[in-house]
Amino acid sequence: MQFEESIKGWAQLADTTKDKKIMSIIAPPLNKASIAMRAILLILLALTIYFFASIDYQGVNVLKGLADTFNNFMTIFLHPYAHRFTLGEAFVNVMITLGLAFLSTLIGGVIALFLGLLAAQNLAPKQVTNLIKGFVAFIRAVPTILWVLIFAVAAGLGSAAAIIGLSFHSISYLTKAFSESFEDLDRSVIEALMASGANWWQIVFQAVIPSSLTYLLSWTFLRFEINFANAVAMGAAAGAGGIGFDLFMAGNFYFDLREVGVITYLIIGIAIVLEVVSTNIKGRLQKST
Amino acid sequence: MALLELKNVTKYYNQTIPALEDVSFSVDEGEFVSIIGPSGAGKSTLLRCINRMVEASSGEISVDGVISSSLTKKKLRALRTKIGMIFQHYNLVDRLTVIENVLHGRLGYKSTLAGILGRYSQEEKNQAFQIIKILGLEEQVYKRCDQLSGGQKQRVGIARALIQNPKIILCDEPIASLDPNAAKLIMDHLRNISTEMGITVIVNLHQVEIALKYSDRIIGVNKGKVVFDGLPCDLTAAQIQAIYGSESEDVSFDLGERHAG
Amino acid sequence: MRDDIFTKRRNDNLRFFLVLIILTVGSIIITNYDVIKGFSSIAKALIWGGSNFYPDVKSLRILPEILPKLQETILMSIAATTVASVFALFLSLAGSKTTRLNRIFSIISRGIASLFRNIPLVAWAMVLMLAFSQSPLTGYLALFFASLGFLTRAFMETIDEVGNNSIEALQATGANYFHIIFQAVLPASMPQMISWLLFMIETNIRDATLVGVLTGTGIGFSFDLYYKRFDYHAASLVVVFIVITVIFIEFVSNNIRRVIL
Repeated sequence: MQFEESIKGWAQLADTTKDKKIMSIIAPPLNKASIAMRAILLILLALTIYFFASIDYQGVNVLKGLADTFNNFMTIFLHPYAHRFTLGEAFVNVMITLGLAFLSTLIGGVIALFLGLLAAQNLAPKQVTNLIKGFVAFIRAVPTILWVLIFAVAAGLGSAAAIIGLSFHSISYLTKAFSESFEDLDRSVIEALMASGANWWQIVFQAVIPSSLTYLLSWTFLRFEINFANAVAMGAAAGAGGIGFDLFMAGNFYFDLREVGVITYLIIGIAIVLEVVSTNIKGRLQKST
Repeated sequence: MALLELKNVTKYYNQTIPALEDVSFSVDEGEFVSIIGPSGAGKSTLLRCINRMVEASSGEISVDGVISSSLTKKKLRALRTKIGMIFQHYNLVDRLTVIENVLHGRLGYKSTLAGILGRYSQEEKNQAFQIIKILGLEEQVYKRCDQLSGGQKQRVGIARALIQNPKIILCDEPIASLDPNAAKLIMDHLRNISTEMGITVIVNLHQVEIALKYSDRIIGVNKGKVVFDGLPCDLTAAQIQAIYGSESEDVSFDLGERHAG
Repeated sequence: MRDDIFTKRRNDNLRFFLVLIILTVGSIIITNYDVIKGFSSIAKALIWGGSNFYPDVKSLRILPEILPKLQETILMSIAATTVASVFALFLSLAGSKTTRLNRIFSIISRGIASLFRNIPLVAWAMVLMLAFSQSPLTGYLALFFASLGFLTRAFMETIDEVGNNSIEALQATGANYFHIIFQAVLPASMPQMISWLLFMIETNIRDATLVGVLTGTGIGFSFDLYYKRFDYHAASLVVVFIVITVIFIEFVSNNIRRVIL
């Protein structure tokens, strides 16, 4: 039927492409999604304008400030020089920061593995998953720096408070990521093992973890990258030591921009190495799946 | 005069093995030509050389009397408006509606500003609507393309090509991702477009039997070379063997049904 | 043969855990981390928190002080993210493999993104404080530059994911660069980009607290102030407000995502 109709139609179209028959085309109805997107962008724009109109500029000359900042960065990047520490000492401090990041990622990863299993909807009852998800959402809502400072009251300022504080955020982040990876697992695999009489732990260790292992590793490495940046910040803001503390001293105490330069180069170097490794891991994962 | 003419077209992606080697043929107005061959034979490259989505390494291609390789960017865009293209994966903007995707075919005729703002004339909208109606997508006009089936998406692809008012339509494996019913509908539409509107249609195909059924003419390609160029009724089992080489055992074909052209 | 696979897997696992243990021991030594103290301090912190770290009636007196700071911090995060997203859009269009104008611009914009993302927030905050002292602009600019780096990378990945197919189709119709950006790339990637923008606002509110502690501005400064005066009831009230804000914003953005994605 459709075939016959279309023959007629095409012949007509060839003759009547210039046909003036007015067909009223109503404007396409705006859908919910595009209305929502426009509304959000307008609201954000309005709030941004309100921010600039309402803040107390404290007599700062913005253009001059930006120019000064630019010059400061030129000093940082073009004339790095350090005399308060040797490169060897700086290297040790970088290792301390990496160590903080590693330990908190490890602690976070191990705990998140169990919480992630309990938070996955295909592996645990709904009440349990909701409880865990709510718990980790709360942990995530408190900024890392506040966790570290809160723990510092009990453990004293230093690596212990920093590692526990950083671990808390890692747990929260990785639990969410892990449980989502577990939920992606095909329901039928779990069913098949259950039908063969395997118990929950057997299913978890023989099917769930092996099939999502690559994702777990890639998320964990991504978190390591984030924890490195956080460990730098904790060194500066919460006395956790490492290269972050050197950065804080150079910038806030000695006001030595050239030393800030050396430290910044070191941190950027490590961060870029970590980024390249993690991009490679991600690339390999995408290829293998 | 031939509408499309290829002379000694060669394409190297790397230094050693040519993707196309010394390809020459010409196509007349209103002809329905199928290009067949095994995967990796260079069919896709050949098609894309015609509208310069891929630059040929050497040789000459002329479309409607214009030699395309020497054109400036602007003139090339003008030439491309005369050549519609249809893709295996439809290549629609999924989040936009059917009519918006169809009207994308008019962008080549527009100024930068009008194209950015998406301003189309009433006439263009009418024409789009008419084409959509003929293709049987009237009820989907304002639907988003991610809600359509594969066959419907490909019909949107056809509409987008047609609204360009093209002289040639290039189809790169248009039915490779479709079920047999949807595939038949698409091929019927393409055949009719060629016959009724006098538009030249060049189709890359995997399936020999479909090429035999619909084409005025078949070009067989293997390892970047044209190994057959002739009428469907002249294609013998031995020649199919030559086109598909060692793969030929996997190719199912039925030499019974051929286009009467 | 079968034996080999199992032995190999066991050896791989052994090696993996060995490396893990070495790294762990090394990290514990170099960071001077007291494992027992670390874990016991969690219990200690919980007990201490339960008896000291909660808002009491008296602490409500600080509301008039912290609410304006909280508002400033939220607006600062939104403004920094919004302005950064505009710049990030241009950088990502110039940097993405599918939409770049040429190689050099692409390398430059990727370089800027990578540099801005990897300069630690602490360094931004300290350097900006030299020029802008303790004004809100210090926090705003620190968040702006860090967001610019992150959003450029995120937008670039979004464009690379959505683009390719429909870009090819529009090129074939003769559309020019700006037509393609506005008619195909932006409509297709806008929802994902807005989703990233919302994520960035959430992150920035948390980071604003850190910047505040470092530079003595916004809600982070309020917390630091009460914390250093050992006024833990007041400090905990600040934490409660931050938690409510972040969870509220997360809730709102999840609902927005449900509508637009």
